[in-house]
Parts: sequence; structure tokens; C-alpha cells
Amino acid sequence: MAINWFKYSSPPSFYSLAGKMIPLFSITSIVLFALGLYIGFFVAPTDFQQSEAYRIIFIHVPAAWMSMFLYLIMAGWAAIGLAFNTRLSSMIATAIAPTGAMFTFLALWTGAFWGKPMWGTWWVWDARLTSELILLFLYIGFMALQAAIDDPRRADKAGAVIALVGVVNIPIIYFSVKWWNTLHQGATVSLTQSPKMATTMLTGMLIMSLACWMYSIAVILMRTRTIILERERNTMWVSDLQGAA
Amino acid sequence: MKPRHRKLTIIIMSVAALGLAATLVLDAFQSNLVFFFSPSQVAANEAPKGKSFRIGGLVEEGSVKRESDGVTVNFVVTDTAKVIPVVYTGILPDLFKEGKGVVAQGKLSSDGIFRADEVLAKHDENYMPPEAADALEQAKKSQKTVMTD
Repeated sequence: MAINWFKYSSPPSFYSLAGKMIPLFSITSIVLFALGLYIGFFVAPTDFQQSEAYRIIFIHVPAAWMSMFLYLIMAGWAAIGLAFNTRLSSMIATAIAPTGAMFTFLALWTGAFWGKPMWGTWWVWDARLTSELILLFLYIGFMALQAAIDDPRRADKAGAVIALVGVVNIPIIYFSVKWWNTLHQGATVSLTQSPKMATTMLTGMLIMSLACWMYSIAVILMRTRTIILERERNTMWVSDLQGAA
Repeated sequence: MKPRHRKLTIIIMSVAALGLAATLVLDAFQSNLVFFFSPSQVAANEAPKGKSFRIGGLVEEGSVKRESDGVTVNFVVTDTAKVIPVVYTGILPDLFKEGKGVVAQGKLSSDGIFRADEVLAKHDENYMPPEAADALEQAKKSQKTVMTD
């Protein structure tokens, strides 16, 4: 039995599907956050160099990963919306931006808090830190541009262009520690090498990342639903929905 | 080609062109994006002269000496090929240790000593409990004795 995926690209059916999925992702996220934080703060061992201060890694790294992943997903949806003129794709892209910006800010903020005691400075203009800051500006630029244009379809197109241009920055962030001398250390976890951290620490970090994913999906679905309602407020199905409520 | 396919092709090609442009720009600015220079690069005259810059490497084992005033520290930065002696007055970060990474900002004086006005610790990407670190250290030592025997 084939699922008709195109059915869910129509805002009304996506609206009800998302409504059913939100509780699922929210609950999974809460459970995983509780588990991940417990492992991070109580189970994972003390580090040999940084002792307890390293524990900020359980928030810092998942946040930094999410900031990059979400940007790619946002740009992907924006590109689909631009190429195929599908309204819902652009709405999802718009819904991703604030969550992406939040994770970027969190990565920078926790990084500063970590940098002060360990490196001896809150901030340096090295390639990794600077490119992550540019990512924050890209998210803010995307949101500001969309907010500045009244016609939502034109706002979608303009946003898609800025999102696609910014994709260049993602490999720069990821490989910055490899391509240039930076104060930020190299990757602990990568696809090509075995992780350079104790298994319990890694487990905690991966569970936290999964929790961030679930949180992001739940919040983005909620925001997409709001955007759908806002843009389709003059349609029959939305007034029917209001009548039913 | 359908219009929407043409649109998609244009998007993919623009992103590719942009990526290429970014690569070329970054390649051109290569030397300016470097946060610090290694002692070997300094020895090869790649570091700016007469200007403040950063050097990075490992603090050589047994090289850290404190002067009698208590705040001036002498140490040697090495990249295992070349070395640079550094003198610094001020507070060192907690992670500053012999054999560990360090980044220092300052000027190279004519006598070959690097006068730093800021010293930052650069830690590596390894995380493990102290017991595991000890075990690794022991293993390294025993391997060394086997080799010298």
C-alpha cells in the first residue's frame, strides 16, 4: 500500500497530521532530555583535563550540531518552495528559522561560558567562532527579510535566496578547525574516525542531541501550524475549524 | 524541460557557483584566516614582522620557569620541530600545563624571544576519565621502555 505523500503537502491535511504528531515528539523530547541530563551530570565520569567544567559539552555540542543541521534543512525546504512553488515547504522553512537561531545563540553562549575558564577568554576571532557568529546573522537576516516583506509569497522567495546563499557557510563552520589553525579544538566525534571520548560521555551527548532533534521537530510543527492558520485565515477550512471549536 | 525543473537547475547551479566563489575567496585569504602561527612557520619567516601576532604549539616539558616576582613566566613553545622561547607577565589559564597546547599573542623581539601579552590554553579534542588517562600514560611509558631495552 503506497502512502500518498502529496496529500500532506496541502496545508489543511498537514495541519491535522502535525497536530497528531506534536504530543508524540514533545513527550519523547522530555524523556530524552531527562535521561540525557541525568547521564551528563550524574553518570558520566569527570574529565582528566577539564574536570567538571567539561560537562557543558552536553549542551554546547548538541546545540552547535542543531544550529548547522537546522540551517541545511531550512535551506532545503526553502529551495523546494522556490523551485516547485509549494506553499507548505516555504512555511516550514520560515518555521525552522527561530529554532535554528536559538540553537546558534545557545552554542555561542555556552561556548563563551566554557571558553573563559578553559581557554582563558570569552571570545576570540578564530575561524570556528567567527563562522558560527555569521550563522547567527544569517538566521537573523532570513527572519528580518521575511518580516520586512508584506506579501508572504514574495517574502518566501526572498528568504529562500538568502537561505541558499548562506549554505556556503555550513561546510566552513564544520571544517574550519581542520582547514585553519584555530583556538577551538578539532572534532571529537566525526563520521570517519572513532570518537575521542569515553563511551558514557558519548552516550550522554548523543541522547542530548536526539532530545534536541525531538524538541526541534515538535516546536517547528507547532510554529508551522500557526503560520498555516495565519496565512489561510480567509479560507473555508479555517473558518470551519473555528466553527467547530 | 518543465519550467519548475529549469528553476531547480538554476538554483542548483547558482549554489554551486557560489560555493566555487567562496572556495576561491577563502583560498586567497588563507593566510589571514590563520589564528596562530606554529614555531616552524615563524622560523620560515611566514609570520608578520614588527607586528603583534599569535604563536601556537605545545608547552615544552620542563621548560616552565617562574621568575622571583611570581607573575613573570618563561616557557618554550614547540611544534616538535622548532621551538620559540616565550616570556609572559600575567595570569595563566587553568589548563596551562607542560606538554599541553597553548596560544600566545605578542611580538617577537630581536633577541628571538617572544614577548607575550596574552596567553590562552588550547586543549585537545579528547575527553576521558582521569583513570583512563593514567592508564594511557602508563601504556605509553611501558612501550617506551620496551623500545629502549
